[in-house]
Amino acid sequence: MVHWSAEEKQLIASVWSKVNVEECGAEALARLLIVYPWTQRFFASFGNLSSPTAILGNPMVRAHGRKVLTSFGEAVKNLDNIKATYSKLSELHCEKLHVDPENFRLLGDILIIVLASHFARDFTPACQFAWQKLVSVVAHALARKYH
Amino acid sequence: MTLTQAEKAAVIAIWAKVATQADAIGAESLERLFCSYPQTKTYFPHFDLSQGSAQLRGHGSKVMNAIGEAVKHIDDIRGALAKLSELHAYILRVDPVNFKLLSHCILCSVAARYPSDFTPEVHAAWDKFLSSVSSVLTEKYR
Repeated sequence: MVHWSAEEKQLIASVWSKVNVEECGAEALARLLIVYPWTQRFFASFGNLSSPTAILGNPMVRAHGRKVLTSFGEAVKNLDNIKATYSKLSELHCEKLHVDPENFRLLGDILIIVLASHFARDFTPACQFAWQKLVSVVAHALARKYH
Repeated sequence: MTLTQAEKAAVIAIWAKVATQADAIGAESLERLFCSYPQTKTYFPHFDLSQGSAQLRGHGSKVMNAIGEAVKHIDDIRGALAKLSELHAYILRVDPVNFKLLSHCILCSVAARYPSDFTPEVHAAWDKFLSSVSSVLTEKYR
């Protein structure tokens, strides 16, 4: 089980309480597809991903980004039980979606950058540390059921 | 991996702003690096790494100056950083994984200071540029 200090929990909760899940989620997924275009391989059915503008405006990208970040919120709510929280999702990503777990790390880092741009000086190094730990734990949990 | 003309332009445009706070951004990026990835401190046992330390600021400046050189010679990053590439290969021998970590922290610092300028296209261009710089710095390792 992952140990979270009181400070880490506080930093995570305080940032999360100010996150607009729909906007942040959409932006994070869009940036993933723009900065690392090869990740588009998982979204062939999403329609027009031909340019950054197309990706940013794509309603399926926005909807899926929101879905992904909403799910992330479950980790924030269950910091002491992230492994169990993502058990089924891990199986899904392996057996049905066939997503290389490296992509969870890529998306986690993109999310951190989106948070940095939204919270600016409030996203201190200590804040970043807590969130890097969180995205790392989530990525690990999502990869855990792979076989 | 080569940068397109548009990507080069994006890198150069943001650099003009970043350069005005290069020292502070350099120090902040290192601070983020050592905070989020404590294992990177193993390369600096001889440094005072406390926040605001003169050595942290000095080293941050060094890093940003090198990036500035790469921006100035963006059509020939390999030539511009040849000496640094040898230094990292033969003397410093920083494990290649750490360049990704520092690049990520530099992006965080830039995003935090220039959120409206740090559009997805600019983000992509800078990620690619720093990746290029990292490649050059590690290409003589073996």
